[in-house]
Amino acid sequence: MVMGAVASAVPLAAGATALLDPLRRHTGASDMVLVTRLSAVPTDGAPQKFTVTADRTDAWATYADTPIGAVYLRRTGDDVVALNTVCPHAGCFVGLAPDRSRFACPCHKSSFDLDGVVNDPASPSPRDMDVLETEVRNGDEVWVRFQHFLPGREDKTPV
Amino acid sequence: MSELLNWLDDRTGYRGLLKGALYEHIPGGARWRYIWGSTLTFAMFVQFVTGIVLWAAYSANAQGAWESVYFIQNQMVGGWVLRGIHHYMAQATIVLLLLHLMQVMIDGAYKAPREVNFWFGLGLLGLVLGLSLTGYLLPWDQKGFWATKVATSIASMTPVVGPAMQQLLVGGSEYGHHTLTRFFALHAGVLPAGVVALIVGHVYLFRRHGVKAPKDHADKPAGMFWPDQVLKDGVASLIVMATVLGIVLWTGGAHLGAPADPTEPYSAARPEWYFLFLFQWLKYFPAGWEVVGAQVIPGLAFGLIAAMPIIGKWRLGHRLNMGIGTALLAGIVMLTWVAKVEDGSDPDFVAAQIEAEAAAHRAAELAASPRGIPAAGGLAMLRADPFTQGPRIFAASCASCHRFEGHDGLGSVPEEEPTASDLAGFGSRAWLEGLLDAERIVSLEYFGGTAHDRGRMARFVTRGLAQLDDAERVDLAKVVLAVSAEAGLPYQAESDEAEAQVIEEGRALISSEAINCTRCHTFGDMIGDDDVPVLTGWGSREWMLGILHDPSAPQYYGEDNDGMPLFGVDEILTEVQMGLVVDWLRRDWYSEDGNQ
Repeated sequence: MVMGAVASAVPLAAGATALLDPLRRHTGASDMVLVTRLSAVPTDGAPQKFTVTADRTDAWATYADTPIGAVYLRRTGDDVVALNTVCPHAGCFVGLAPDRSRFACPCHKSSFDLDGVVNDPASPSPRDMDVLETEVRNGDEVWVRFQHFLPGREDKTPV
Repeated sequence: MSELLNWLDDRTGYRGLLKGALYEHIPGGARWRYIWGSTLTFAMFVQFVTGIVLWAAYSANAQGAWESVYFIQNQMVGGWVLRGIHHYMAQATIVLLLLHLMQVMIDGAYKAPREVNFWFGLGLLGLVLGLSLTGYLLPWDQKGFWATKVATSIASMTPVVGPAMQQLLVGGSEYGHHTLTRFFALHAGVLPAGVVALIVGHVYLFRRHGVKAPKDHADKPAGMFWPDQVLKDGVASLIVMATVLGIVLWTGGAHLGAPADPTEPYSAARPEWYFLFLFQWLKYFPAGWEVVGAQVIPGLAFGLIAAMPIIGKWRLGHRLNMGIGTALLAGIVMLTWVAKVEDGSDPDFVAAQIEAEAAAHRAAELAASPRGIPAAGGLAMLRADPFTQGPRIFAASCASCHRFEGHDGLGSVPEEEPTASDLAGFGSRAWLEGLLDAERIVSLEYFGGTAHDRGRMARFVTRGLAQLDDAERVDLAKVVLAVSAEAGLPYQAESDEAEAQVIEEGRALISSEAINCTRCHTFGDMIGDDDVPVLTGWGSREWMLGILHDPSAPQYYGEDNDGMPLFGVDEILTEVQMGLVVDWLRRDWYSEDGNQ
């Protein structure tokens, strides 16, 4: 009985160890990524979607310079605000309302103003859209720290 | 033969087993209402058969999943029927499970001594829902990808263990290869094994307790499982199979959307219809109550159903259970209905569905093209497609000034008036004819919104060309053909070739006295002014890439450039993006019916 249990523990432990591998792979702090040029961001303050391109390792494959996600960039003067397009509620892709006056999530109807702030009390999103750290380098390069945060909670916890 | 069977029975005792299985007494006789269990077993059998064959053709990785499902669906003989049966039988299973559960409730068959079997049944319901959820992601199309993201997001909301759970499920912090390998291991390994184990236990316990015959049937003669009930079960299974096959043939099989793309919005994301009530439910929970809405209340409801055997012990317990069951069912039906109505009356959602359908169609069209799906996968294929990407780039980077047939390339019309020409058909004869029309050149369609509306070209068209006599007008038409031929538009290639003679005449007339384009424009070896767009290769791919790269170069608008960004010089667009938008404007993309 004991011997059987010990013997069975080996494959179970080996399996569990390998299965838990993703927990070990914390991406941690992500690097800043060059997203676009300042001149490509509309000057009228209208948010525009930009695809974020960077190197990405997905399990066994490493992709050089591949689209990894998207951000909304909004320009005020020489400052740029970056919002993650992922809805903080349940992870859908937040879109711009057809009249471009606000952000609207197509899934559970979360609504945000153009600064990404929840603007409807009935909005199910627990927090505003995730603002990402940005930096303008060399005068016109827009760099963004592209990262995701856990959905469905009030605090911004990096994934 | 009988000798052989005798030998087999001696070694295995199969006859006893068979007898036990088939000659089961059914108190009160065989009845139609006992068919649900058997039809469900049959449905599971269908899922195992079709699932294993699908498995033999499926590849669980982010660059192979959509591609292999496309192949099954469109290339393999009978693949669409196979996948269609698997897809719709999964939905039939949910319906049958619900009917089975309702029948068990109504008959009070969940009460002692059948409590454990009731729980086994609920366990099976959970496993089947798990199979549906994991199966939805496997094609790795936009629909499954975004719907499943919501599901794993909900998992991550679980207090304490949520984030770890999500990471284990997803196989990392983001969706990728290991999300598919893990979902597939669940879908084709863990969950089916659980289903088999629970079905064995379920049937064993069922045989132990027998059917729950209603009291008024107690005096009826007992029936036999074989052949009485088996006949009814067989008929019912046949009806289920025929229905599913009918739906498959009617609908053309299961749908396959465009390849999953985390960088593109997908506004038509919805779960399968039997999860719609949960989707709708989640809308009603304000900030901070997500866990309550997504986990606690559904969990309590499930717990309440599981507690029915215990509640049923009370004097009015059965009635209470029926009340609970009815209320839950009514709630689910209502939420599903509200979700459907809300979506149906939401123009944005309807538009998103049409867009999703168009993308799915385009992906299939490209995959079926002679070049097929590249090794980099279906998503890479779509990203390199001018027809798909051109309008998006145009809307983002061009439509703040230009228009395309009056809209922004994607169909919406910006509020502001255009400050540059409408580029639909740029380079074509029709576009040029419009430019050379005295009224149209100064309209918003061409130079109306620009500084060029009072420029030399506008003046020449409104005054000079207006004075042409009939013979000169004929010449002008030839010049239009000649200049437009410079663009080398694929959709004009036939006419250009057929009228090569006229085009040749037109080329000579470009510098004729009345028309005299070359007074300002450069054409061939006739050198015009700087800061005036050259007509050599006007509208060609190279010419358009050049003006995008640097419109303020002397061979384009030079110092007269009216606010057009230097897309290449300032690195606003990449070479690839510029190529895509140019190819789109030139309608230079693959299409199954030649081109347009």
